[in-house]
Amino acid sequence: MSERGTPGALDETALLARLRAGEEAAYETLVRAFGGRLLAAARRMLGNEEDARDAVQEAFLSAFRGLDRFEGEARLSTWLHRIVLNASLMRLRQQRRRPEVPIDDLLPRFLEDGHAADPAQEWKLPLDVLARHETREIVRRSIERLPDAYRSVLLLRDVEELDTEETARLLGLSGSAVKTRLHRARQALRGLLDPHLRGSA
Amino acid sequence: MSPSHLTCRELIDFLRDYLEGELSSEETARFEHHLRLCPACVSYLQTYQETVRLGREAFEEPEGRVPEEVPEELVRAVLHARSRRS
Repeated sequence: MSERGTPGALDETALLARLRAGEEAAYETLVRAFGGRLLAAARRMLGNEEDARDAVQEAFLSAFRGLDRFEGEARLSTWLHRIVLNASLMRLRQQRRRPEVPIDDLLPRFLEDGHAADPAQEWKLPLDVLARHETREIVRRSIERLPDAYRSVLLLRDVEELDTEETARLLGLSGSAVKTRLHRARQALRGLLDPHLRGSA
Repeated sequence: MSPSHLTCRELIDFLRDYLEGELSSEETARFEHHLRLCPACVSYLQTYQETVRLGREAFEEPEGRVPEEVPEELVRAVLHARSRRS
C-alpha cells in the first residue's frame, strides 16, 4: 500500500490491525491518509490555521490513545472526524472570548399581532463566478459573527453534517436544545445575509 | 384571523420542525394554509432554505481543486509528539 494512498483506497481493517500491533509506519499512513480532511474540518470550526493544526495534532494523539476503544462499527474516517471536532470545540472553549452580539438582536422581529416587522422578500442569488465567490465570503463572515453557542451548532449540523444526537453529545446539550439553537442560528444567519442578498443579482 | 390560524411569528417558530417533517398532520395543514395566504412567509421559508444551502456551500472546496493535502510539517509534528509521549 502506498503511504500516500487515498483514503478511499485504504484498507481500514488492515491499517487498524497494523496500528494495534504498534507498527510505526502505520501511524504515518493514518496521518497522511486522513490529516488533510481533519485539517479542513478544524479550519472550518476554528477559522485560523494555527489553532486548526493544533487541534488536528491533539486529535491524532487522542485517536492513537483511543485505538482500543474504536469499535469498528463506524468507519475510521467518521470516528476521526468526531475526534477532531471534539478537539476543535475544546480549543474554541479555551480561546479568548470575543465580544458577541446577543442572539435576540439577530432574530426576526414581530409586531404585536404576530406579523413580521420586516416582511421577508425573495433573494436573487448571483450566478457569475466572481459574485458567487463574494457571496461565499459574506456567508463565512456572517457565520463568524454568530454567538459561539449558536455558531458551533450550525457548523456541526449544517456544515459537518452531524445528526442532532451526535451534535448534542459533542456539545453536552439535550437534543431539543440542539434543535432550538440550530433554528435560531439559521434565522440569525438568514438575517445577517438578507441585506446582502435581498433583491440583488 | 381565527384562533386556529398561525401568525407569522408562529409559522417561523415552527419552520424547522416543518422542514424536518416533525409537525403533526393538523399542524402541517395550518402551516401550509398560512403559506397559501402569506407571500412574506413563503419568502422567509425560501430564504431560510437558501441560508442552509449557502452555509454548507461556503466551506466546500471550490470545484476542480484537489483538497485534503496534509502539510508535511503537520505530519512531522504529529509523529514527533507521538514518539515523545510513548
